[in-house]
Amino acid sequence: MQYQSQAVAKPYFIAAIGLFVGQILFGLIMGLQYVVGDFLFPEIPFNVARMVHTNLLIVWLLFGFMGAAYYMIPEEAETELHSPKLAIAMFWIFLVAGALTIVGYLTVPYATLAELTGNDLLETMGREFLEQPLITKVGIVVVALAFLFNISMTVLKGRKTSIALVLLLGLWGLAVFFLFSFYNPSNPVLDKYFWWWVVHLWVEGVWELILGALLAFVLIKVTGVDREVIEKWLYVIITLTLITGIIGTGHHYFWIGTPEYWQWWGSIFSALEPIPFFAMTVFAFNMVNRRRREHPNKAATLWALGTGVMAFLGAGVWGFLHTLAPVNYYTHGSQITAAHGHMAFYGAYVMVVLCIISYAMPVLRGRAANSNKAQVMEMWSFWLMTIAMVFITLFLTAAGILQVWLQRFSDTPMSFMATQDQISLFYWMREWTGVVFLIGLVVYIASFFVKGETRAAA
Amino acid sequence: MDTSATMTLNQDDTVEAAPLAPPGDLAVWFFILAELLVFAVFFIAYAVARTHDVALFAVMQQTLDPDAGALNTVLLVSSSWCVARAVLAVDGARLRTGARWLLAALACGGGFLLVKGLEYADKFAEGIGLSTNTFYMFYLSLTFFHFMHVVLGMLVLAVLWHGVRRGHYRRGRLSGLESGAVYWHMVDLVWLVLFPLVYVLH
Repeated sequence: MQYQSQAVAKPYFIAAIGLFVGQILFGLIMGLQYVVGDFLFPEIPFNVARMVHTNLLIVWLLFGFMGAAYYMIPEEAETELHSPKLAIAMFWIFLVAGALTIVGYLTVPYATLAELTGNDLLETMGREFLEQPLITKVGIVVVALAFLFNISMTVLKGRKTSIALVLLLGLWGLAVFFLFSFYNPSNPVLDKYFWWWVVHLWVEGVWELILGALLAFVLIKVTGVDREVIEKWLYVIITLTLITGIIGTGHHYFWIGTPEYWQWWGSIFSALEPIPFFAMTVFAFNMVNRRRREHPNKAATLWALGTGVMAFLGAGVWGFLHTLAPVNYYTHGSQITAAHGHMAFYGAYVMVVLCIISYAMPVLRGRAANSNKAQVMEMWSFWLMTIAMVFITLFLTAAGILQVWLQRFSDTPMSFMATQDQISLFYWMREWTGVVFLIGLVVYIASFFVKGETRAAA
Repeated sequence: MDTSATMTLNQDDTVEAAPLAPPGDLAVWFFILAELLVFAVFFIAYAVARTHDVALFAVMQQTLDPDAGALNTVLLVSSSWCVARAVLAVDGARLRTGARWLLAALACGGGFLLVKGLEYADKFAEGIGLSTNTFYMFYLSLTFFHFMHVVLGMLVLAVLWHGVRRGHYRRGRLSGLESGAVYWHMVDLVWLVLFPLVYVLH
């Protein structure tokens, strides 16, 4: 570790992995509820399990992004973090607030939680992914601002690299677009319209900048390729991301009551969203092929390459499958959306966070890379989780195609619930594959505790 | 071009070894290909939409001003020529001349924006918008998307002009200048497809 203050990243990474476990457990619970409807009812109804599953995902990825920034920024800026104490204080505030929110979801009915937390002051709750109580939302803003202040001050006093600037742009964008979660117009069209400014402009906009910066950082470290070359590609990728991603928001505006031109704009621009992801894959493989050093951390390199491929498949190809308006007319909100969501989040954001953790954690623990034995185990977890996710996606895609066929395309369409019965086999297969994913995650965590010969940090 | 040159990301490394490599940086060519793909998809969508309502498109095309479009074509082609002259001048170490050619290209670009702006003002005054009909949706979207590319291209040219004046480019170190120049040619090329497609072809 080059700078002492980078150490604040460690608790963030540990919390991220802990919450990741929670996310997967709730995923398994609701996966089972798809086929055994009253499983854990009334203690954990499906809607609560779903809320916890998606909210935990977002929160642990945010922990991962913050940890990544705290690790990367001092090294990029070549100076100690502005305030390590502030970073640690924010860690505890965020963790406690997050935990209390989840406890709130699980222990009191959602409507009671809304009453208890002052939702009547400013109504922001009750919308998918933005279910957090008002005080949690305010807490997120406070933590984000303190975090941004901390890393921005660090960059301002130190070296300004392209990677740091792209990362800052992404993180500031993340905070700014979250502010739209406080805007809740009573007109449902406008409500949905701006809701996507948080949801879409996060994952298909500013988060991609964060993804690009993290990937570029790890690639510089493990390949030793000139910063100049890597930064040039980073710029090309983020420009393509912004062009396709921002106007691509239109693929959510097909059927919500917005003007018809969105069907054209959304279809055309979002059809091209796979390009930056493809560029990212080419970029990652090219850099690794042109490497100028053999970095001892092979696991981190594997995660970096995996991010490129899986993000392209999950976000790019599976997004394209149902992004054109005439196709989306049939597939909207079906299991095809769920298939895309799973592989895109895993391939793009889960993998890039695990990639930076894989690179940074050994350094934070005082060595350049983990022992060979630990790395082999980590690579096993990579393949277990990745292959499990591929199959989860394939089963959900099959379920989605059948669902669209039976429920929407047929001359004698079935009802929603009758259709669900028909595709339950795929839900069962998805659930068992989910168990394999959990096993992969357990192996991943176990790899942190494997000892063996290690090399000292450079 | 041999494969090693195609696979190389930093054009500077291989400029000697691969004389047939395209001018400018490979990254900008990748970017240009992606841009052309966006426009190509847009043009195909236009063509498909037109086949569904040929009559509407034929009538609506009559409402456009082909003279303004033709003038803009002349302006953009001229500006591309100026940019090419600028690269040649800088290659021949005539930096002042090169900077002047870039200014001339910028002036042509500015002329394009002015003419296009007047056309837009005219249409907006008639109350035409994206929801008027499918033809105008395409006309406004396509031309405005291209308009934004002209603005971006002019920013690039301004940066190049600044760089030429400060002596950043010389023979053997032209990659940056050439990259900006090929980008501008792309902006020109797109208009050369857009103008006949939307204004002229019936």
